[in-house]
Amino acid sequence: MIDAISFMLNGREVESRADPSRRLTQMLRDDLGFTGTKVGCDAGDCGACTVLIDGELACACLLAVAQVAGAKVVTIEGLPHATKSGKALQRAFLARGAAQCGICTPGMLVCAAKLLETNMNPDEAAIADALAGVLCRCTGYRKIIDAVIDAAGGRSGIGVQPAAGCAVGSQVVRLDGAPKISGTEAYGADNIPRDALFVRAVRSPYHRANFTYGDLEAYRAANPGIVRVLTSQDVPGRNFFGVILADQPVFAVDETRFRGEAVAAVIGEHDAIEALDLSVFPVSWTELKPLMTMDQALSAGAPLLHSGRPGNVLVEGRVVRGDADAAMAAAPCVIEGQFESGFVEHAYVEPEAGWARRAGDRVEVTVSTQSPYLDRDGTAAILGISPQDVRIIPSACGGGFGSKLDLSVQPFVALAAWVTGRPAAMVYTRPESIMATTKRHPARMRSRMGASLDGRITAMDFDGDFNTGAYASWGPTVANRVPVHASGPYVVPNYRAHARAILTNCVPSGAFRGFGVPQTVIAQEQMLDMLAAKLDLDPLEFRILNALSNTTPTVTGQVMGDGVGFRDCLEALRPHWQRAKSVAQVFNAQSHAKRRGAGVAGMFYGCGNTSLPNPSTIRLGLKPDGRLSLHQGAVDIGQGSNTVIAQIAADAVGLPLDLVDLISADTDLTPDCGKTSTSRQTFVTGKAAELAGLALRRQILRLANAGDDARIEIANGKITIKDSSIIRAVALHNLPSRQYGYVLCAEESFDPPTSPLNANGQGSPYAVYGFGAHMAEVEVDLNLGTVKVLKVTAAHDVGRAINPILIEGQIEGGVAQGIGMALMEEFTPGRGENLHDYLIPTIGDVPPIESILVECPSSAGPYGAKGIGEQALIPTAPAILNAIAHATGVRITRTPATPERVRAAILAEGGAP
Amino acid sequence: MAYAQPQNLREAVAALAGREALVLAGGTDIFPAHTGKPLPGNIVDVSKLAELRGIAEERDHYRIGGATRWTDILSAGLPPAFDCLKQAAREVGSIQIQNRGTLAGNLCNASPAADGVPPLLALDAEVELTSLDQVRRIPLSAFITGYRQTALARGEILSAVLVPKSFGEARSSFVKLGARRYLVISIVMAAAVVQRGADGRIEDARIAVGAASAVAQRLGTLEHDLEGLAGNVRPSSIVARHHISELSPIDDVRATGAYRSDAALHLIREALDIATRD
Repeated sequence: MIDAISFMLNGREVESRADPSRRLTQMLRDDLGFTGTKVGCDAGDCGACTVLIDGELACACLLAVAQVAGAKVVTIEGLPHATKSGKALQRAFLARGAAQCGICTPGMLVCAAKLLETNMNPDEAAIADALAGVLCRCTGYRKIIDAVIDAAGGRSGIGVQPAAGCAVGSQVVRLDGAPKISGTEAYGADNIPRDALFVRAVRSPYHRANFTYGDLEAYRAANPGIVRVLTSQDVPGRNFFGVILADQPVFAVDETRFRGEAVAAVIGEHDAIEALDLSVFPVSWTELKPLMTMDQALSAGAPLLHSGRPGNVLVEGRVVRGDADAAMAAAPCVIEGQFESGFVEHAYVEPEAGWARRAGDRVEVTVSTQSPYLDRDGTAAILGISPQDVRIIPSACGGGFGSKLDLSVQPFVALAAWVTGRPAAMVYTRPESIMATTKRHPARMRSRMGASLDGRITAMDFDGDFNTGAYASWGPTVANRVPVHASGPYVVPNYRAHARAILTNCVPSGAFRGFGVPQTVIAQEQMLDMLAAKLDLDPLEFRILNALSNTTPTVTGQVMGDGVGFRDCLEALRPHWQRAKSVAQVFNAQSHAKRRGAGVAGMFYGCGNTSLPNPSTIRLGLKPDGRLSLHQGAVDIGQGSNTVIAQIAADAVGLPLDLVDLISADTDLTPDCGKTSTSRQTFVTGKAAELAGLALRRQILRLANAGDDARIEIANGKITIKDSSIIRAVALHNLPSRQYGYVLCAEESFDPPTSPLNANGQGSPYAVYGFGAHMAEVEVDLNLGTVKVLKVTAAHDVGRAINPILIEGQIEGGVAQGIGMALMEEFTPGRGENLHDYLIPTIGDVPPIESILVECPSSAGPYGAKGIGEQALIPTAPAILNAIAHATGVRITRTPATPERVRAAILAEGGAP
Repeated sequence: MAYAQPQNLREAVAALAGREALVLAGGTDIFPAHTGKPLPGNIVDVSKLAELRGIAEERDHYRIGGATRWTDILSAGLPPAFDCLKQAAREVGSIQIQNRGTLAGNLCNASPAADGVPPLLALDAEVELTSLDQVRRIPLSAFITGYRQTALARGEILSAVLVPKSFGEARSSFVKLGARRYLVISIVMAAAVVQRGADGRIEDARIAVGAASAVAQRLGTLEHDLEGLAGNVRPSSIVARHHISELSPIDDVRATGAYRSDAALHLIREALDIATRD
């Protein structure tokens, strides 16, 4: 037996009497409070828990506490002192924007510091080898590599401190970055009170089943430490959630409709929940035959998932313009194609986590989320209390990408805190996260396109079915967005597009970076290449010829008027395209087993909700000490809204950015800025920030009756207003303190001007679209079917690049997810609920990425800016698929293009050795 | 006894004798098998047993302690025949995994996709199994008996892997196919150990393929056909479909059986090319 275990932690001796088989992660985080070491998978797959054990890298989740007895353990908290380069690396990561959400950053820094202990001049390959054990889902790894090179070379930038009025457009380092690189950032699982109860959900092991509970009270009584068991009977309000259609039960009643659906929750003391064996929970199951495919769900006589949804069709969307049939019949050149994609998992490194506490008749939920106000309203409905009695405090969010728009732990922890009166926490395991939370919709698409012989697209007919799983989630959004976007940013005068969301007994599909558009471009952008080939036109020039412009209508009849920079993006790729084609030709002339190719793909994507209101409100206050409070409710999930919104607000007021104090999202402290989704925060919240900034500026100028072009300075307790005729100084302490304790305060809202779509989908669904085009260069091994992406060149029209570093970060991260979607990512319900079977790109799978920022300002956006979050991902996969076709002559119509599928296509063409 | 941390092999086998217990070494397979749960039952932690860790050259064989870690193998000075094992070591998970994971753990876990098995099969390795009562040696090919099944008896520890020096001056290689660059479970993998005579003829060829059958397999027909092959014939050129009749690949989340067979042929050729490159 082992009595006490002692070891050195960051230079200090610690002693533990914990269970010696407990994981080191649990001891570090739960017992010792060193929460900089993150838990992403609990299986050694993600590396977020990487620490140094006697100077060597190890995953703390794979070590029993007893195994580090007598060892020297170094975590992120001790890295700056324990390693030569820890500090320099932290500075370089911050300056380079190598931390986005930041959840992988501690693990990355530990690996990088270990590398630089012995190799102060690492090349990219050495860095990749050293950091390969840590997965990142946000950055695409490129800025991490740059940061390590910088730190090794003694360079670690300090970032720009822009002067008043110059924040927009400058390379400002992320304002909320310091805690991400020090390991002090608090994610959903990091600040749980010591006395909190813990909650575990009991979930359906079957895709579809009936169930009955055994004696729950006897179970509770027989298990010391279990405080309560919750079922649907314990939900005081509505036992359903879902933002668009509240059809998903918190706890299933009688029947579960997907594997992973919760039927009960067990609440208990931390130790009891940690040791809980859910296999003995008293519930008995009767497995029912599930509908696992869209064909099964659509077949005649199939049982209905939900009684109000005939034919298992959740929702349909359509856009019709001109006469597609007549134009197709008249077109001299017509092609047809069918395309399919699978479930894609968000795979953020931070599984869902959060905790709640009851405060009188209110409940406060601290949670990793993208949508605090939606969470508030959904949680209130479940508790049967008013939304004002729920406070949502977003923790740092370790990656969202759409899935954290839906409720996950919120109902469980809120209910648990509500009924027990004690704080209650819940942290999903990785299998639970993969099993129970939303996915990208699998798509099955059929498309026909017609063109004139001079290369003009004349007709398009598109049909898409999207597997939306067992509940609505954001399926309606997908069905509405798809027909609007299926054309891509091209002039298509005669158009018919129809999309359906189909209910099945699969995990719900929901929001995922692009809401169905990444799937449709896989069809559309390959169709364009096929059409160009048939017309014997260069794929890039064919796109340029058909590109949407400021004056041509979209398929919904919308004429943008300004800000359509698509053609500019394509033209920016032209020299790269010429180079890439000739490089591939030279390579292929001397290579048989390996072939290279290049492919392009374009995209557009509407920012904000589709024809629905989605206002943001920003409050900006001038404090008596002369600093500005920015109530910034756009949740920063790593993309950078805390920084971008502040840059916009500072410039609108005309004061330097370093005067801005951030008050980040909290439903008690910040007005509603909507959800971090649909690439809307820079555009919508940014515009609200611009308006609030301008309003505050007017109030300040009014103090001096100064003109619009006056300069404002704040120093030494005085606010000084200067224009050509006057200089007036006002002592801040002479100004009365008003609402919220501010001496001046402005609050402004912005809701993008859109119009409803008519029955044919005609109208202006978005005030602003983002545009872009990617070029991928690949090498294909014809024998094995493996595809290596060699480079991606990404041109994006962002209107105005508010923060170029952050935009590049979005592009690189989007490209990485696009590579995953194109080549390796597919989830099959019930299989591979972990991060070694579900594969996302590693540091070795993301090639150099060259970002080209095009600025065609949109008059609707703040300083002309548009969104970039989703735009960055959308064209990557089709560009890769087009490059594979260029390299091999085979077209991959089913994603992901796994080695097996590529090889099968090559064999089917008879073109392989 | 819930958690024992013996200080030597004798104590370890004594702790195991007569009871159900989990032998914990690097933990890189055991912890992931219990994600979100505590480790169950009795645990005998052998990670502190210095005598189980390290590589020693004996008269007619190399002895690799069971608790030798992948990183130890990578840094060891070994003849070229071990290159296949080193190349496999580099492909096991990440550095974090290689620093903790052990050879014995890889073999006892008996995954069809265990990276260590094809190289050790090709090296004709034996395993040494120690219990309180006896020490026995059996060929690795007899040790792994099926999908996640071994001949390890209750009370036994895989104390060492023994590689006979029969490889002579052979050169070797290991190639692995996965769907991404790092941190990937093999779709299929191949190891080759090839020895040429002074005249350039192949004297001894050993080929093993993993992840294409419940247990990694040596390819006897191919080895037979390679032996005696003249130095001017590229060995990979003779590899044909009938040479993989020992394999029985299945469909799983990573690939279909048909693709695995196809890919195995190419990996075998690549492994042979690397092992016989001038």
